[in-house]
Amino acid sequence: MFPLIAENLVVEFNGKHILGPLDLTVNKGDISLILGPNGSGKTTLLKSLHGIMKLKRGSIKWSCSDNSSMKKQMFVFQTPIMLRRSVFENLTYPLLLRKVSNSKAHRLATEWVEKIGLKEIMHISATRLSGGEKQKLALARALITEPEMLFLDEPSASLDGKTTVEIENLLKSCTKNGTTIMMSTHDIGQAKRLAKNILFLNKGILESNQLTETFFLEPTSPNAQKFITGEIVE
Amino acid sequence: MNDIWYGILQAFQLIYTLDQDLIDISVRSLQVTLSALVISSLFALPLAAVLAVKRFKFRRFIIALLNALMGLPPVVVGLIVYILLSRSGPFGVLDLLYTTAAMVIAQIVIITPLITSIAHQSLRELWSEYHDLLISMNTSHIQRIKTLLWDARRALLTASLAGFGRAIGEVGAIMIVGGNIDNATRVLTTAIALETSKGDFALALALGFVLILIAIALNLATHWLSKTEREGRW
Repeated sequence: MFPLIAENLVVEFNGKHILGPLDLTVNKGDISLILGPNGSGKTTLLKSLHGIMKLKRGSIKWSCSDNSSMKKQMFVFQTPIMLRRSVFENLTYPLLLRKVSNSKAHRLATEWVEKIGLKEIMHISATRLSGGEKQKLALARALITEPEMLFLDEPSASLDGKTTVEIENLLKSCTKNGTTIMMSTHDIGQAKRLAKNILFLNKGILESNQLTETFFLEPTSPNAQKFITGEIVE
Repeated sequence: MNDIWYGILQAFQLIYTLDQDLIDISVRSLQVTLSALVISSLFALPLAAVLAVKRFKFRRFIIALLNALMGLPPVVVGLIVYILLSRSGPFGVLDLLYTTAAMVIAQIVIITPLITSIAHQSLRELWSEYHDLLISMNTSHIQRIKTLLWDARRALLTASLAGFGRAIGEVGAIMIVGGNIDNATRVLTTAIALETSKGDFALALALGFVLILIAIALNLATHWLSKTEREGRW
């Protein structure tokens, strides 16, 4: 499946330029975090790489067929989308789509519902969960399929510290299984805790792509330097 | 005024003593309407889901047409179905005119646009909620349609109940194609019209009360379903 190679990527929406042109390579096991101010194109980059946003120009190539690659990747949205089903059924849903047997789907869902601490309320509607619980469930619903590539769009935005730690622990555990992660965030602390490398986007342009340590010590982009020190990036 | 009170008293007596004519007509009415409802729902609900999920040429036209057909005059439907089923019509060979089958066909024509339009409204809202998630999970059109139909089942039941309400209270079309034949095609509404014209207010009112009871039961069921939906009990 890897590497994922994006070449000359350009995205426009309603005639307005949103992203690119940019080139990017993602290798197996990478944990890349995308930083950048609001409107810099973080979500657009994630959605484009995942294949759910049309490109104006350029190409995204996996080293396997498009259809096969789509089955091996999952996306967690900033605002979790819950199916109007129980917590448990939300977990079994992607497995049953992939023709996993009922018994295996139930066994995995039982394991995961315990792992995310929602066992006591697994039969209530997922739409009744709190924001943090929804996000944990959305992440578990993605991870239960053991994806090779996981895209996350600010998964811990507006969550409290405890839930953020729980989500980060889930992400760390899935990277041990070899899942490659690409995630956007505004949280510089989170980037330091999780990322192997950091992409800095500004106004749709990839201004830097560096290892985490070097990004925070010697950012190649003046705007990234401003972002790290909390200055306003124009 | 005395006639009305006398009629009401007699009506209660007919209901209390379970008058055979009253029972026969009520049961036939339910048989015709439920048959039309089931057959119509089998067409209307998947069609509504397809219109919500798929983008194709003439989609907007079909939606507009269905909305317009919601207000189709039943007498005109009755007339068209009559012409189609009459001996000189294209389906005359089936010998369906003046049978309950003809009444079912007329009711299907009347309620299918109504059920489709109401169901489409609900499914369109659910699709806008699920769109990103189901696209990102690489679901097929069939999987999307199945998911929407299952997760919106309460709202779809409400749509079907609206169709039931329209069909059970319909008189013009089924009078034309059914002929209001005693012990054969006489149903609640056509019987009420006949008994009123004969001046037998007692039976007409009794039939009217049964019709009202069914309508109330229907509204209570709809209210209960909407309430559970709002409370997020899926």
